[in-house]
Formats: sequence, structure tokens, C-alpha cells
Amino acid sequence: MTDLTRLTAAETAAKIASGETSAVEVAKAHLDRIAAIDEKVHAFLHVDTEGALAAARAVDGKRAKGEKLGPLAGVPLALKDIFTTEGVPTTVGSKILEGWIPPYDATLTRKLKDAGIVILGKTNMDEFAMGSSTENSAYGPTGNPWDLTRIPGGSGGGSSAALASFQAPLAIGTDTGGSIRQPAAVTGTVGVKPTYGAVSRYGMVAFSSSLDQGGPCARTVLDAALLHEAIAGHDPLDSTSIDAPVPPVVEAARSGDVRGLRVGVVKEFAGEGYQAGVMERFNDSVEMLRELGAEVVEVSCPSFTYALAAYYLIAPSECSSNLARFDGLRYGLRTGDDGTRSAEEVTSLTREAGFGPEVKRRIMLGTYALSSGYYDAYYGSAQKVRTLITRDFERAFGEVDVLVSPTTPTTAFPIGERADDPMAMYLADLCTIPANLAGNAAMSLPCGLAPEDGLPVGLQIIAPALADDRLYRVGAAVEAAFTARWGHPLLEEAPTL
Amino acid sequence: MTVTEDLVSYEDALAAFDPVMGLEVHVELGTKTKMFCGCSTELGAPPNSQTCPTCLGLPGSLPVVNAVGVESAVKIGLALNCEIAEWCRFARKNYFYPDMPKNFQTSQYDEPIAFNGYLDVDVEGETFRVEIERAHMEEDTGKSTHVGGATGRIHGAQHSLLDYNRAGIPLIEIVTKPIVGAGAKAPEVAKAYVAELRELIKALGVSEARMEMGQMRCDVNLSLRPIGREKFGTRSETKNVNSLRSVERAVRFEIQRHAAVLGGGGTIVQETRHFHEEDGSTTSGRIKEEAEDYRYFPEPDLVPVAPAREWVEELRATLPELPRVRRQRLQAEWGISDHEMQSVLNAGAIDPIVATIDAGAPADQARKWWMGELARRANESGTELSALPITAAQVARVCALVAEGTLNDKLARQVIEAVLLGEGDPDQVVEQRGLAIVSDDSALGAAVDEAIAANPGVADKIRDGKVAAAGALVGAVMKATRGQADAARARELILERLGVQG
Ligand SMILES: [Zn+2]
Repeated sequence: MTDLTRLTAAETAAKIASGETSAVEVAKAHLDRIAAIDEKVHAFLHVDTEGALAAARAVDGKRAKGEKLGPLAGVPLALKDIFTTEGVPTTVGSKILEGWIPPYDATLTRKLKDAGIVILGKTNMDEFAMGSSTENSAYGPTGNPWDLTRIPGGSGGGSSAALASFQAPLAIGTDTGGSIRQPAAVTGTVGVKPTYGAVSRYGMVAFSSSLDQGGPCARTVLDAALLHEAIAGHDPLDSTSIDAPVPPVVEAARSGDVRGLRVGVVKEFAGEGYQAGVMERFNDSVEMLRELGAEVVEVSCPSFTYALAAYYLIAPSECSSNLARFDGLRYGLRTGDDGTRSAEEVTSLTREAGFGPEVKRRIMLGTYALSSGYYDAYYGSAQKVRTLITRDFERAFGEVDVLVSPTTPTTAFPIGERADDPMAMYLADLCTIPANLAGNAAMSLPCGLAPEDGLPVGLQIIAPALADDRLYRVGAAVEAAFTARWGHPLLEEAPTL
Repeated sequence: MTVTEDLVSYEDALAAFDPVMGLEVHVELGTKTKMFCGCSTELGAPPNSQTCPTCLGLPGSLPVVNAVGVESAVKIGLALNCEIAEWCRFARKNYFYPDMPKNFQTSQYDEPIAFNGYLDVDVEGETFRVEIERAHMEEDTGKSTHVGGATGRIHGAQHSLLDYNRAGIPLIEIVTKPIVGAGAKAPEVAKAYVAELRELIKALGVSEARMEMGQMRCDVNLSLRPIGREKFGTRSETKNVNSLRSVERAVRFEIQRHAAVLGGGGTIVQETRHFHEEDGSTTSGRIKEEAEDYRYFPEPDLVPVAPAREWVEELRATLPELPRVRRQRLQAEWGISDHEMQSVLNAGAIDPIVATIDAGAPADQARKWWMGELARRANESGTELSALPITAAQVARVCALVAEGTLNDKLARQVIEAVLLGEGDPDQVVEQRGLAIVSDDSALGAAVDEAIAANPGVADKIRDGKVAAAGALVGAVMKATRGQADAARARELILERLGVQG
């Protein structure tokens, strides 16, 4: 008998559509798997057994009535706990929203439900998506299925770990500086940050509004494309949402033809701080692209050197304002309201108790950077760097169709190793941040294991804004070639849990 | 909790100091929905019944700009002779306050939608140009009700109730440049400016601008400088001065208070002050030790607003005639004095008079009824002239009935009274109450004969040539017919019967 948790999303949907299995059976298999192993992994903050089974039954009912099913109907999914879900807790990995039950669905949540996708539960994350290891979750860390003592990346470590441990074939992440791509890289899964504005932010709890972007996570490029198509599209409730047709991502993922495609290797993403095994796998990938008929050239993006600094001014500035609403007055945690204290004191005590150290650090950084007298030097300068980075991309995309780099400079590091060293932690997002600052589309997909530690390495592909389909074309080509070389998908090599 | 302040007389204050004012007026737009969400803006709904994730600032919610709000802002900007930005953004004004769900207000900072304009106002026959710094869009806050304190303010309250129905209602904030040179007329200029602005807003149809409903709110900034000095003094900011009369009083009070402090060798503290309707005084609110840092930055959840030039010109072309221009035109057409026109304006009678003229009445008649009988009735019942239950068409009909001789003034007043009581149109009232003038000779003739018979002495005097005595008999006829007789005809008949030439 097939293990339903080992199938891809596309295979699962096909089996449900043909009646070979039912959505309820698929949901139960995954809920059983979660019950069996998630104690060890801690990918989920909340498992919605009832909701998942009800959604699965609805799909089976539709099928029984002969209604047309969507391409992912009945496929289970792990939803990052940053999207609101009506009637289901949403914590954003923070104590300050412990117990909050949103009264409304995010646009993305609604689209998932409309597509018949079965939401299994909400996944762990760094508090308010601030972090690269999921250690900043107020609810404890998540283990990397390749080695449970290591981090699964962050902030979307719960989603990447759920995929890599076969608790769900699909997941949703959000990417502000790499929170989809870096977890994908260190867990051997696929993650895509679509063009800024491609996926609605309505109902996605804001960290940094001008950078945040929801996107698909999966174990294969095609599955990611199918999910991308289900969640993307214009949303009148999000003013920054793109009002244009979704690029043909599924078609691109099915094609995988890169002959004649011009690929640029970003010169600045190499050197000190890059693990040897990571560079080795990256160079293999470049070689592979050449063999597949792509034309590879080196390009320079000098402003990328300042990307990290600019990011750590812009993102904290926006977050200092976005997180001001958590004051204990209307929802979520309220501390110290004993009848003697003023609203101001209660707000202060609530924020003191409800936010973790990294969130507080960024609120303070951002408050400072926006202060009168410092605004121009910090926030203002960072915006200028942002413009320069956008120009570097434009120049590069004048010469090449896509850019490639390692997704992250190292493989998964041990839990606790960088916890007290924010700068070391921030370096994990060195290669992913520029695409957020410029609003481009980017993907990470597995390109092998680093020889020195046997852990997955991610290849990052970056495409111009609105050309998300190129990611899938290149990703599908690389994925097919590597799978053929290895004889199986990379995740087959992960330890059994 | 009014604190006694030392004041100097207004005349003494003006002898030594030159007042400089700044007026900030917030206008709630009359859009159907809020500025950034689809919630209703209807007043009077149960607390928190007109809210949604966006105006409650729930995690994950996002704003979307109300296009009608932007259009209203552009219209106001154009009417205030402002330049309209080709491209501008919203900004976040960050500060914590419980009635602000996001703990930042979505406003505009250094990129207002309209800027560099002016509004001309008339004070005692003189025109004063008030320069406009900017007009920008923002959202209103919720409403706090502080319970258990003595003052109704947050300080000392036991608890506070929050109603977010108002949160997110579109506001336009209109800020003047420093108003200098008004001298002793400063209070009148301030009042005239706010009054003119209110007329303008109403004429544009973007808000009802009812100050008593909080749809228009005014902050008065005032400073004094010794006469002859260029540099402005330190200002006080009197918040929420919410009637025309209060604006005038607040300016006057602050001039007298500042003069007392400065004259006594003291310094003015930069602070916000509360205005008290009861006695027209102001008291200290919160002291601004350092300028509050709102950490403004461009709102990343909204895209820039870029009003297309063609669209702006289209809006300019559809602007109505502005109130001051219209008043000047009407005054010339009606041929009345500045003073009379001012009375018409103060009575809120312009629109009813114009409508009555449009319905066919002569201008002087329309003015006479609205400024006379109707103004008196409105005053008695404490309502606005425009709220009286009589239409311009009905008033015009009354005028017509008088002109054709069916009614005299006395009967016309009775007809108006009946219309106000809901007895129907003027013609119906005349019919039902039988109010038409009696000029039919047989009916009138009987009354005349009776009057002559009842007053033989008077009749003899008339026969003797004392024609003036006929008035007494006319009076008797009028009394007998309860005022419905055509007095002129009655006089003719009396003289005829007595064989005297009139
Ligand atoms: Zn609302």
C-alpha cells in the first residue's frame, strides 16, 4: 500500500480526482503522521484536526456529486501561523497573540479553502517572522528533520520542517528577507518568494509591509507552481497587490527548457563566510545549467554589499510601527490590568511581557531609525541603498534572464549556536535580502548535500519582477537533472523519523 | 476646574502687542464609507457596530484608499486656490493612544495633496486674505468616553469606554499660514475665516460641516509679538474650539492672557489648552516639553496618490460658484447694503431666499418673508431657517397670492402659520380657513351698511366732508370681516354710500 504522506501534491490530487484514494484518507494519513512524529519535530503550533477533516469531506462530497475539482483539491497543507484563519488561533509565534482567534480569514486562507486545499494546522515560526532559525518562537524551537539538533531555517522553519518530515506535501511561508528561501535551502525543499504584490498580504500579520511577501513551499518545483497559481492574483483589499495576470508558472514548471537562457552568477555572493561545501554544490549547479544548454556569465551587483545594512534599518523601522497596535487593549495578551493601573501602564507591561528579545531589539532599532534628527541618516539612507540595489538588478537583467547564487552561505547550524549573536544570525539572509529590497521573484531549490556535513544546500534563482515563471522553468530543469543524477529526490536521503 | 487667569483688557493688549494666529480646521467628509475600509460613516449607530478588521486595526488588516475621499480633498484644495500635488503619499503618524486602533494615524506629512492657497474673507466691509499652507487627508480616531472622573477627561477617570465607529472616517485638515496684520480684528478675522470655510465646504457638497456635530473642528494657535517686532512669539494651541462664536472668544481670551503674562515679564509656555464654552476661557492642557516626535514615514501599505492633471481640471470645471462670489453677485442683484447682506448670511437665509426667487417670487418679497416672519418663527422655535417645515415654493406662492390681491400681509402671515402647522399648501389653507380677501361688493356692501348704521356720528362727519374719518368705518368693516376685507374697496364703498368724493 502506498504511503500517502510520501506522494507529491500533484500525485495526491490525481489520486483523489481518480477516486484511487479519498481526501479524508489523505488527511487522516497526514494527521496520523503529525500525531506520531511532530512531538520530535515541533513543526506545528496548532493542528486543526476537525477543520482539516471537514474540508476533506467537502472535497470528497464534491467529487461524489461529479463537481469539478481544482488541481490541488484535497491536498493537505501546513499554513504558517502568520495568516489569519477565522475561528482558528493565530499567534505569529508570539506570546502577545496567545489565544487570539481571528474573526476573519486572510485572502490567502480564503483562496486555499476555495481551492479545496486541506489546511492541517498552523506552523511554528520566529516571533513575528523575525529570525532565521525559528528559535525566536515564543513556543519553542523546531528541529530540522535532517538532524533534529539543528535549525530548520527561519522564520518559516515550521513550514519547511513539515515538508521535509512528510507531515504535509504543501506549505505556505512568508519571505521578508529570506524566510521562505533559507528554510527551504537548509531542509532540502523548494520555496518561492513571488514578485512583491503577487500574493495578497491581506490577513498576513505585518512585519515589514514593503518587504513581506507570502509564497508557496513544497517538495517539488511543480507542486510549488501549482500552489503559486492557487494563491496568487490581484486582491482589491491589498493596495500593493499587482493588478496583472499571474505569470504562467505551471506551464513553465512542466517545460523545464533552459536552452539559450542567459544565467548570471552574482560575483558578490561568494568569498569569506561561505561554507566550502555550499560553494561546491553551487558550482555543480552552475555547471549543470551549462550542460542543460544555458549560457552562464558572471555579473556584478556592487550595491548588494549594503543590502543587509539597509534591510536592518527598513525592516525594523516598519516593524516598530506595525507592531504598535499590540497594546493589550483590544485583543491578545493583557498584563497587569488589576484595576489600579492606567491604560498606558497596562500597555507597557503587556508589551514588556508579550514580546521576545529579538522583537524588542527590532522595535527599538526602528524607533531610533525613524526618530527626528536620525531619519535622514538611517531610514533615508537605507531607502537610497534600496534604489541602488534595484538599479543593480535592472542592469543585470539587461544582460541575463535570471541570476543564481547559493541561497544561504552555510548549511543548517546547530540550535543555540547563533542565538546570542544577532549579527551571525543576520548573515544567514545575506544572499536572499536583495530580492526583497527590489521586489523581485526568487526561488530556492535543493542542489545536493554539502560533503563536510551531509546537509542540504539550496540554489537560489532570482528573476525580474513579474517574471516568476522563469524561476519555475530553471528550477524544473535543475530539479530534473539532479534527480536523474542522484537516482531519487534528495529528501529520500533524509533520516527516517 | 477653570483656573483664574490674569487678563489685561483687550484694548491694552492690542496697544502693546500684535497677534499672530494659525488656524487648523478638521473637516469630516460626508463620504458614505470610511477613508480606508468599507464601513459606514452614518452617525448615531450603536458603539462599535460600524467597524471591521481594518478600522479596528486587527492583525493582518490593510487599508485601501477611498476614491471619493481623494476627490473631495482635491475639490477643497481647488476651491481654496491651492496647487494640487501631482504625486503624494500617505504617511504614518506614530503615537500611542487607546482611541487609535493601530497606534498610528494614517495621515499625510510632507506631501499634502493640496498646498499654497488662500481664502478671502470679509470683515466689516474689508477684505482679508487668509493664506492656506496646506490641506491634507487623514483618518479620524475613535471616541473615548472617560467615566468616573470629575472632568470627563482621561485624568482621574475610573475607566474609559471606546467607540471605534468614528475611527477611519475621512478628515481633511486645512492649515493656514501664520495670519498676521489682523490687529484688533484678529478675533473677527478668525471667526470669519472659519465661517467662510464652512460655507465653502457646504457649497462643495463634500460635508455638511455641522460644527455642533463635530463634523468641523477648529484648533486655534495664537502668539503675540511686541508691536514692531518681526519675530513671532511662543504660541499656545487651543484645541477643539467648536463653534464660530467660540473661535472668536478663544482668540480674544488668549490675546488677553498672553498680554498679561508677557506684560508681567513672564514667558508663554508652548502647550495645548482646553477651551471652556461656559465662560470663554482656556486652561492649560498638556505641556509640550519637547516637540512630540511622531516618527512620520511614508505609509508602505498604500500606493501613492497621483491625481491626473486632466482629472483635476475636470473637477475644477465642475466647481460650484464659491460662496463669497455668489454673495457678492446676489447682493448686487438684490441691491442691498453690506449690512443687510451680512444679516441675510447670519440668518442662514441665502439659500431659502434664492430658492424662493427661483420659484417665481420677486427678490424683495422673498427676502421680506424669510428675514421677517419666517426668521421670527425660526427664532421662536430655536430651529434653523432651512429646517422650517415650509418650502421655497410655498413661500413663493404666498408672495403670488399677495401680489394678485387674494391675500394681504396679515392674511399671508396666517397662511404661513397654517403651512408651518402642516395644514397643507397655501392654496389649501386659504380654501380651508376661508382666508381670501372679501372684495365681492355684495358681501362687502352688507358689512359697509352695517358699519354706517352702527356709527351714525362718524357717518355724519364724513358727509360733512371729513373724509379722513372714513378710516374708523374701514376699521369697523375689517373687524366685522375678521380682516378678510379688501380695505381699499371698503373705503370706496363707504364714500360712495355717503355721497362723498374720495
Ligand atoms: Zn472598517
